[in-house]
Amino acid sequence: MNLIRKSLDKIRKPFGKGQKLEKFAPAINAFDTFLFVPNHTTKKGAHIRDAVDLKRTMVTVIIALLPALLYGIYNTGYQYLIQTGSPFTFLEAFIHGSWKIVPMIVVSYVVGLSIEFGFAVYRGHEVNEGYLVTGLLIPMIMPVDIPLWMVGLSTAFAVLVAKEAFGGTGMNILNPALTARAFAFFAYPTYMSGNKVWVSEATNIDAISGETILGTLAAGGKVNYSAMEMFQGSIPGSIAETSTLWVAVGALILILTGIGSWRIIVGGILGASFMGFLFNLWAANELMSFSWINHLIVGGFAFGIVFMATDPVSAAQTNQGKWIYGVLVGIFCIMIRVFNPAYPEGVMLAILLMNVFAPTIDHYVINGNIKKRRKRWGTSVNQLKTI
Amino acid sequence: MEVIKDIRTRKGANLNLKGGAEKILDKTVSPTNFAIRPDDFFGIAPKLILKEGAALKLGSPIFFSKKNPHIKFVSPIAGTITSVVRGPKRKIENIIIKASTKQDSIKHSVSGWDKKNRDELKSLLTSSGNWPFIHQRPYGTIANPTDTPKAIFVSTVKTDPLHGDLQFILKDQKNDFQLGINLLNKLVDQQVFLGVEKEFSDYFESIEGVQHYTVRGPHPAGNLSLHIQELTPLNIGERIWTVNAEDVANLGRFLSSGIFCPRRTVAISGNAVENPKYFQTTIGAELQPFLRKVGTTDKKIRVINGDVLTGDDSTSNCFLGYFNNLVTVIPEGDEYRMFGWLPFVDNNILSLSNTSFSRVFNRKGFDVNTNLNGEERALVVTGEMEKLFPLEIYPMQLLKACMVGDIEKMEALGIYEVVPEDFGLIDYSNTSKIEAQEIIRGGIELMINEVG
Repeated sequence: MNLIRKSLDKIRKPFGKGQKLEKFAPAINAFDTFLFVPNHTTKKGAHIRDAVDLKRTMVTVIIALLPALLYGIYNTGYQYLIQTGSPFTFLEAFIHGSWKIVPMIVVSYVVGLSIEFGFAVYRGHEVNEGYLVTGLLIPMIMPVDIPLWMVGLSTAFAVLVAKEAFGGTGMNILNPALTARAFAFFAYPTYMSGNKVWVSEATNIDAISGETILGTLAAGGKVNYSAMEMFQGSIPGSIAETSTLWVAVGALILILTGIGSWRIIVGGILGASFMGFLFNLWAANELMSFSWINHLIVGGFAFGIVFMATDPVSAAQTNQGKWIYGVLVGIFCIMIRVFNPAYPEGVMLAILLMNVFAPTIDHYVINGNIKKRRKRWGTSVNQLKTI
Repeated sequence: MEVIKDIRTRKGANLNLKGGAEKILDKTVSPTNFAIRPDDFFGIAPKLILKEGAALKLGSPIFFSKKNPHIKFVSPIAGTITSVVRGPKRKIENIIIKASTKQDSIKHSVSGWDKKNRDELKSLLTSSGNWPFIHQRPYGTIANPTDTPKAIFVSTVKTDPLHGDLQFILKDQKNDFQLGINLLNKLVDQQVFLGVEKEFSDYFESIEGVQHYTVRGPHPAGNLSLHIQELTPLNIGERIWTVNAEDVANLGRFLSSGIFCPRRTVAISGNAVENPKYFQTTIGAELQPFLRKVGTTDKKIRVINGDVLTGDDSTSNCFLGYFNNLVTVIPEGDEYRMFGWLPFVDNNILSLSNTSFSRVFNRKGFDVNTNLNGEERALVVTGEMEKLFPLEIYPMQLLKACMVGDIEKMEALGIYEVVPEDFGLIDYSNTSKIEAQEIIRGGIELMINEVG
């Protein structure tokens, strides 16, 4: 450890204060702090500090994402191989999935982190860790057959427009990963919807059908999958969204570590159940009569509510606000699914919509506190005459 | 005894640190150098009355505040001013006094003080140097003698990490304490509130002329901001005064002798101290003799006047502060930790977050150091501050209002009801390592300058 530390200190030298490469210090700092928690001590304020920092928080989110990602990689291979008809092993499915998905993750990280590093150097602040999560989320919510250059372009759009244009990490209004998906969705609709894109190689091989359950329902078709398959996730869909089971494992990690807001997750499930139940009563078409429980376990709802809606920056920030925000995401998600067959995947638009309204929700929650205080001031009799 | 309210809170956290002081009171250490640090009095602009080399008696005025020249700050000891240490822009940082062997003191006429009217009492307290013991809310500055507060708060409940036990500190000072309370009662129209532990001793129970209340809960339950909110919330334009418990006894001793009493009982604790215990000494005493007596374990230590969350770093300038009953000594933590950012590693570091097993594995207490355990980042995580903040205020929103200096918003969000120390735990725990107390202090300074 000492040896690594010493060589790092040597490499860092030209990046020090007043040295030649001082401007690029954020870049080298990002690498250094990846290896070592720095030796900085408290200069003002509290003299001791918690062991938690943003890196630890973000890495915990990545750990929570891993079960869904690994299952998604397997499922990608599984969906392809099962339709080709030849027998296959778990490993073969996993390898096929990795061959498709790993390049997407690499592209997303390389493009996104380059932009982040560039902005950190340009603005002279440290590289924030938020992109570690965003960069993994982007490929996880894409259809598997999307060309890599589209992944790169969507990533660049998301980081530049959704995040850096608003001032960088912590300032964005929209969730960057969902913005990337929305960009791809509206810019290249043929690659992002329809019945060909959701299974690996479905675009190239005619025999393979790549339709999602929601797509089938929107077209008025019958679903051939059991509820158990939907819950396990052995169904077509965006890469990592299919398995409600493994998403639930991730949700458990987020809630137990206190990093994801349970209020948003529970609120979202309540909202979606309520809306689904109402539509069940109405039951005018296939999507409406699709059981409200099944609504919770198909499509991107589970993934979206656990990993996207809980993004603390773009969600509501007050505890009451989080309840309202979560419930509304759930309600809108099912509503968009049912009312607009062009967008059977409602959760993306529901979350983006509520991202926009989250500050408004918070505004009213906080105004309640302010009003209470003002009311108290009005009844005060002890005010000094000097003021 | 009648308890008017039992204040209970669940929000907050007790930091379980090693190095709490043993209940032994040592009166044998007699330091020779003393210092008065104007920075201990938030919001004053000191103007020196005496120069270097001047001879002092106990109680001689040394400086006054330019904003309120009536309030005198007096010497805690007889001796000579050996130096006036100045910082940038000739700001007075320290006035260092060497004690003389002969202890003369300035004696004020206090006979029949209870017959005096309020204004006479106030001028007695300001001229004798006792006034700085009285603080005000909002802002936590020294009270303005021309105000009449709606209530005075004295609390004997402490919840900050390694706090000194006020029942132990005041155990032989009951008469003085009662006398001090009597004095406070003459300064206020309504009442004096006295906060006591739920398991209070007979001692505080029998204090007269106060409204007793009890407090239970994790830190910051002991902070006066919470007590004020629960008993008589501070509205715009109102004043509440606060006095530290030992200073109430100091005021009482002044009334019985006529001599300014700068007694300070201090717990020297922290995990860098070998034998943490209590000392009875004088405000401003140099700390080195005490540190030698208790022994320190680490080579690089930080000496903190106050607790680890809100205290002042006094390592290079090792004198006891004006108001604190606690000095904490902890090791510096300027060391690297490889891959220390991984969740669930380095569980020996105290963490309130569930991304560490520290509280599961380490029930006996923690050794702490001054490492920042990360770097400052943008505010990302939400909801973590609210868990540790028992006041009816949105802490993150108030911090943001202070950052941008939006006075109207700060006012509406409750800046009058907080002091920086209320954000000590937030400083400690927040993921983004933002300096919450610094931001609030900046906000309060802005309020003082713009609104007054």
